[in-house]
Amino acid sequence: MFQHNNNGGGHQYNTNTTNQQQSQAEEEEEDNDVEGLEAWERAYADERSWESLQEDESGLLRPIDNKTIQHAQYRRRLRTYSSSARIQKGLIRFLYIVIDLSRAAGEMDFRPSRMFVVAKQVEAFIREFFDQNPLSQIGLITIKDGVAQCLTDLGGSPESHINALMGKLGCSGDASLQNALDLVHEYLNQIPSYGHREALILYSALSTCDPGDIMDSIQKCKKAKIRCSIIGLSAEIFICKHICQETGGSYSVALDEAHLKELVLEHAPPPPAIAEFAISNLIKMGFPQRAGEGVLSICSCHKEAKFGGGYTCPRCKARVCELPTECRICGLTLVSSPHLARSYHHLFPITPFDDVPPSLLKNSQLLPKSCFGCQQSLLGPANLPGPSVACPKCKQYFCLDCDIYIHESLHNCPGCESFKQSKLDRGTE
Amino acid sequence: MTPVSRKLYTDDVSLLVVLIDTNPYFWSTNNSGLPYSKFLSHLVAFLNSILLLNQLNQVVGIATGVNSCGYIYDSSLAPPNKRAETLLQKLEEFVIKDEELSAEDSVDGIKSSLLSGSLSMALCYIQRVLRSGSLHPQPRILCLHGSPDGPGQYVAVMNSIFSAQRSMLPIDSCVIGAQHSAFLQQASHITGGIYSKPQQLDGLFQYLSTLFATDLHSRSFIQLHKSVGVDFRASCFCHKSTIDMGYICSVCLSIFCKPHKKCSTCGSTFGQPQATVSPTNLKRKAPDS
Repeated sequence: MFQHNNNGGGHQYNTNTTNQQQSQAEEEEEDNDVEGLEAWERAYADERSWESLQEDESGLLRPIDNKTIQHAQYRRRLRTYSSSARIQKGLIRFLYIVIDLSRAAGEMDFRPSRMFVVAKQVEAFIREFFDQNPLSQIGLITIKDGVAQCLTDLGGSPESHINALMGKLGCSGDASLQNALDLVHEYLNQIPSYGHREALILYSALSTCDPGDIMDSIQKCKKAKIRCSIIGLSAEIFICKHICQETGGSYSVALDEAHLKELVLEHAPPPPAIAEFAISNLIKMGFPQRAGEGVLSICSCHKEAKFGGGYTCPRCKARVCELPTECRICGLTLVSSPHLARSYHHLFPITPFDDVPPSLLKNSQLLPKSCFGCQQSLLGPANLPGPSVACPKCKQYFCLDCDIYIHESLHNCPGCESFKQSKLDRGTE
Repeated sequence: MTPVSRKLYTDDVSLLVVLIDTNPYFWSTNNSGLPYSKFLSHLVAFLNSILLLNQLNQVVGIATGVNSCGYIYDSSLAPPNKRAETLLQKLEEFVIKDEELSAEDSVDGIKSSLLSGSLSMALCYIQRVLRSGSLHPQPRILCLHGSPDGPGQYVAVMNSIFSAQRSMLPIDSCVIGAQHSAFLQQASHITGGIYSKPQQLDGLFQYLSTLFATDLHSRSFIQLHKSVGVDFRASCFCHKSTIDMGYICSVCLSIFCKPHKKCSTCGSTFGQPQATVSPTNLKRKAPDS
């Protein structure tokens, strides 16, 4: 009944969608088709909650057991990821998000308009970005009326970027890729050499209206080691593809809102570091302590007397309000250790768990009855051992849900963490 | 849990996961006037009072040992006429097993409990409850911890804290040892829980019942004591010592207390260590923003 399969896994999206506009036009004509559903209907069509139910023997509705299938997909993803896990990652990033606010951004093929959808995704992206790259900085640039404008300077506070963007939504004129690249180049050229310079362009227009030769600008960016990635909202354009190829970025075109979200969020995890792109360096940093509540002091950033909160620079003892920042007095970079620790799971990835071989499953006495992590029973229907996984290091058994949680969110193996012996093993590696 | 009882879950039903420090090195040297047996009687009374506050409240106990961690109590599995006292027997079995493990493995100077292990287990358990459907008790974690922090667990504890923060789980901590715990201070600060270090340990039950017994909804109405500040210092990767200024590898963000030629974590070689991140370049435009 619905051909539009949206639940996970299968990426049938092809990035090469030159004729996408055409197909979108077709979809709008057939308003009764899946794509043309009302917004409230779409919520149900996407979730398809009725399909996840089945009747059990007593006639009660129960959630369907497609866990094993999902889990197999997840394991495949994990394995491809872990094979590349030892690659150095660029953890200190300086990223400019370029948002196209030309006439084309007012198009209504995304509801309510491309511009609003892009703004919504950028907001989500900024939050996710700072969650995953706590020491990195973002700046916003808009293209409008043939010129590129800097909306916010590079900075580490998500709120200030989001507020600036939401206050400036409005589209007019033509888009100019060259002006955007020149502006990005001008700003990113001056950042320190250890930082990874990146630009993410969200491009709605189908053309670019440039004052000079765009190829020169591309070469300049390439020389400055700025990695440019573009996400198109309409159709694939040669010049965009060329920019991305030259600078080492990725180019993709969004099919619909969900796909756009996926494409934008792909840029949130730190990219693999390319040795010649950023020179590794030691940076001196301070870890200020948070002062107790009820202590009165004058902060150096707003020059106001503040009650409680605040952090004290370990070198000059000046008070700052927020971290991460730079001390206004002595210039020391101030971070809190949780900011650094957020990215440590990239450094110490935990090994993927092994599937329990079927030969062992038959011999149910050897297997523990419950998951080591959550105590859920590992026995399937009819008291036969259900699917489970085991950690290769600590040899503990886990249920499939815990497996996913441990690898995607926790980044700790509860088994390895709760046995000193295995901890020692890990330490000697 | 039958479908009928699920309907009764409101915002004041709690799932409390208690992490109990059973470190014998700590309890044998503890001079604060609270022997282990006294502590347990405070604890059992506290857990029972939680169970009595709401009939749907659930308590799970996890023992944090020196060599292992384990589940010792789950009120949803306990027989209906018995309350938290059943914990004591399991606890004893756990302590004996934990001791056996340490006999094999000759005791080195490390006397910290495996907080990272029990936190990870608690999080796994809570994730299972959160998965069970839209109606579930409001989960929170309470760490009753006395032994000093183990610097080797730093990364694992931080990972657990961030995972709890992402699922919006508060980690409350009650420190019964002599020193403040930087791990638990950070855990409670980041996840929005309560951190407390009782002054009078003979009144432990009163501290527990006034600070940690209220459900998360009622907590917002309670005037809590002000925090005394949080120790945000990091421990360096080379000597595991706590530092307030250090050098960070720009590639992998490893922390070192002295400048090195080569990063021991990611293997990248460094140029000249930069004294500061040249503020002239980077922040030329910052002051007016």
